[in-house]
Amino acid sequence: MKSKLILIIIFTFLIFCFLIFYKGLDKPNIYTPKTNIEKNVPIFKAKDFYSNTYINSKNIFIEENYYIVNVWASWCAPCRKEHPLLMKLSKNKTIKLIGLNYRDNLKNAKKFINELGNPYTQILIDKDGTLAVEFGAYGVPETFLIDRNKKIIRKFVGPINKIIIEEIKTIIK
Amino acid sequence: MLANQVGYYSLIAGLLFSVYLCVVSIKDFNNTNRNVSPNLITLSFLQLTFVVISFLSLILSFINSDFSNETVFNNSHTTKPLFYKISGTWGNHEGSLMLWLLVLTLFIFLFLIKSREQPKKYRILTLLFQQLIIIGFFLFVLMTSNPFNYLFPIPLEGLGLNPILQDPALAIHPPLLYLGYVGSSIIFSASLAAVAQNYISKEWGQHIKKWVLISWIFLTIGIMLGSIWAYYELGWGGFWFWDPVENVSLMPWLTLTALLHCILVLERRGVLTTWVVILSITTFTLSMCGTFLVRSGILNSVHTFANDPTRGIFILIFLFTLIFLSLGVFFLFHKDNNKDSNNFFWLSKESSILVNNWFMMYFLSVVLIGTVYPIFLDVISAEKISVGPPFYQKLIAPFLAPFLLFMALGLKLKWIKSKIENKNSLIIFLIISVILTFFILKNITTDLFFYTILISAAFFLFFSTSKELFLKKFNNISQAVAHFGFSLLILSILFNGILSSEITTNIKVGERYNYNNEEIFFEKIEEKNESNFNSIIGYFKITNDKGKVVELNPEIRVYNQPIIITSEADIKTTLLEDKFLVMNIVKGNEYFNIRYQVKPFMLWIWISVLILCLGGLMSIPKKKYEK
Repeated sequence: MKSKLILIIIFTFLIFCFLIFYKGLDKPNIYTPKTNIEKNVPIFKAKDFYSNTYINSKNIFIEENYYIVNVWASWCAPCRKEHPLLMKLSKNKTIKLIGLNYRDNLKNAKKFINELGNPYTQILIDKDGTLAVEFGAYGVPETFLIDRNKKIIRKFVGPINKIIIEEIKTIIK
Repeated sequence: MLANQVGYYSLIAGLLFSVYLCVVSIKDFNNTNRNVSPNLITLSFLQLTFVVISFLSLILSFINSDFSNETVFNNSHTTKPLFYKISGTWGNHEGSLMLWLLVLTLFIFLFLIKSREQPKKYRILTLLFQQLIIIGFFLFVLMTSNPFNYLFPIPLEGLGLNPILQDPALAIHPPLLYLGYVGSSIIFSASLAAVAQNYISKEWGQHIKKWVLISWIFLTIGIMLGSIWAYYELGWGGFWFWDPVENVSLMPWLTLTALLHCILVLERRGVLTTWVVILSITTFTLSMCGTFLVRSGILNSVHTFANDPTRGIFILIFLFTLIFLSLGVFFLFHKDNNKDSNNFFWLSKESSILVNNWFMMYFLSVVLIGTVYPIFLDVISAEKISVGPPFYQKLIAPFLAPFLLFMALGLKLKWIKSKIENKNSLIIFLIISVILTFFILKNITTDLFFYTILISAAFFLFFSTSKELFLKKFNNISQAVAHFGFSLLILSILFNGILSSEITTNIKVGERYNYNNEEIFFEKIEEKNESNFNSIIGYFKITNDKGKVVELNPEIRVYNQPIIITSEADIKTTLLEDKFLVMNIVKGNEYFNIRYQVKPFMLWIWISVLILCLGGLMSIPKKKYEK
């Protein structure tokens, strides 16, 4: 009798632990580095994806608008995953998406865009990866949210998901 | 590219062998033959071979910087030195799981070879339980964390390995820690098999003791290396931070240490069987739990590689399956049939080991609650708290003093019934300890009473273990060495904690700063370029009041792939103390922020852990526990 009671108590406790850990996994746990928050958009010159001419950063972030800078590459598997979400986001009028094509082969990159669609108002070529570094990116994909004062207010490491999209939407409202 | 294919198909072959092994061993189990079929050993060897091939091909992909492999792409870079390319293999989620598999299959193979005198059914059951764990890991790797994912188009360059993981101590820390963790899997499988066969006995204790000792040694060294890395590389100026990730490695260590002592009792007297089984199960469960907590992303740390929730769910379900399975086996089969021999006098070696167990359980629950409670709270009430060192120190320190005293006394006791001998020398030791401590601490600490008790207890243990080691005729040298190492460790940690001092200040080139009879002089800075980083080196001279000069050259490194700035502390180690200096850039300013620390007895912490392990190592070849 006594051992049965112990058994029941142990099992209930273990199931409780399981449920807690299971719920814990659901919590969004994407770590946002604090260092680049509220940093100004860097000043740079970069080649345009289509016209292959140099553009000054002053001529890119001109409007009184929210911007998203998305670092991507055709060889990056997670970029492919997040692309449909970017396509959806691009329908939002209050925000403009700038693509940063990171260390990529131009042919492959164009194929990628033709295949999955172009959510970006402008794509810049970052052949050697230095431009991404200017923004403070570690790798691909990475996404920066820039506010009306041309400050980087949020940085998302890794592919964006629905939770991040919601967060972006509440910020730009 | 080829290596990728070979690696992937070898993995699948390994899984198939697991399934086949299970089938064959069930057949063999019902067979009337007296010995385990040699086929099983051959099959186990073949399985090990395939896992080795798979692991080697992953290493080869890392060496060749084959970026068509996603794992290599994510964690390596062409400019990385060869050594770190290789160690990068297990410095990531997928690779570290490969290491798990490798050690799991290696250990079960060794177990089969080394257990020839054991009963057949027990060996087969151990193999079955172990294969269950192995299958779980194979499925985990193949379904959620395949290390051989193919990338196309092939990237030109990899993303690089986190530079703080580029450190020699850390390159060997995971393999050693895993040997300890996974070694506990054999103990787990073997004890379940022994329970099912009702074979928990003196003979079993003698046979499993080697495995317990081996895992314990590897786990101890693994934890020490992690701690060395944190001290030299992270630049926080400490060796233990009660970080959840450190705690999850400490928890199995506590249970394994308790298990080690129980096994000695089992081997000698055939008692404490329930303790042995429960501790065997908990040790492995805690190792798995650690893997879950660290890898699932529930805790954020340098070890969190996987942020993919499906991985977390997989380990979680796997972990609880194993827990329920082991509890089921325990409650169905375990009989505590040693009631007669459970009689031992309250003052005996057995009871002193029981006391040790309860202390270990207390320390374990403190660490467990501190680690897991924040997760529970976060889920239940969405409140975020973090449990820091004061929690652990407050709860552990008061119990440490009686623990050390009991340990010193317990070492002198005999089996079954004992009385305390040499009462006079014990009392003299105690008095010397208290007086010595009082005079050392008198001018240093504010909380004199508390620390006097704690450190006197540590000194008392130190004196009695030293006496055991140096003055007595050795009837049990490995025990004397291990306990001497432990007492030295406790003393070093306590003095390190109490006597450490530090200062943080901003300083520019050419400036001097006075601190505690020492003068810090910032001489100059120099720049240096390496293949995988550029660095700024600061030249500091520290002069003490006797005019002795120590030069310290901390570094700021800017790694190129990925771009990360790290501070490399410079540490000058002497027998008695470490001088530790780390500098940081102050943005838009000619000043540098420096942190200067004096940490006594750091070296002794590492030395005493090594002595502790040496004690364990010395008792492996011994056939039977003496005295």
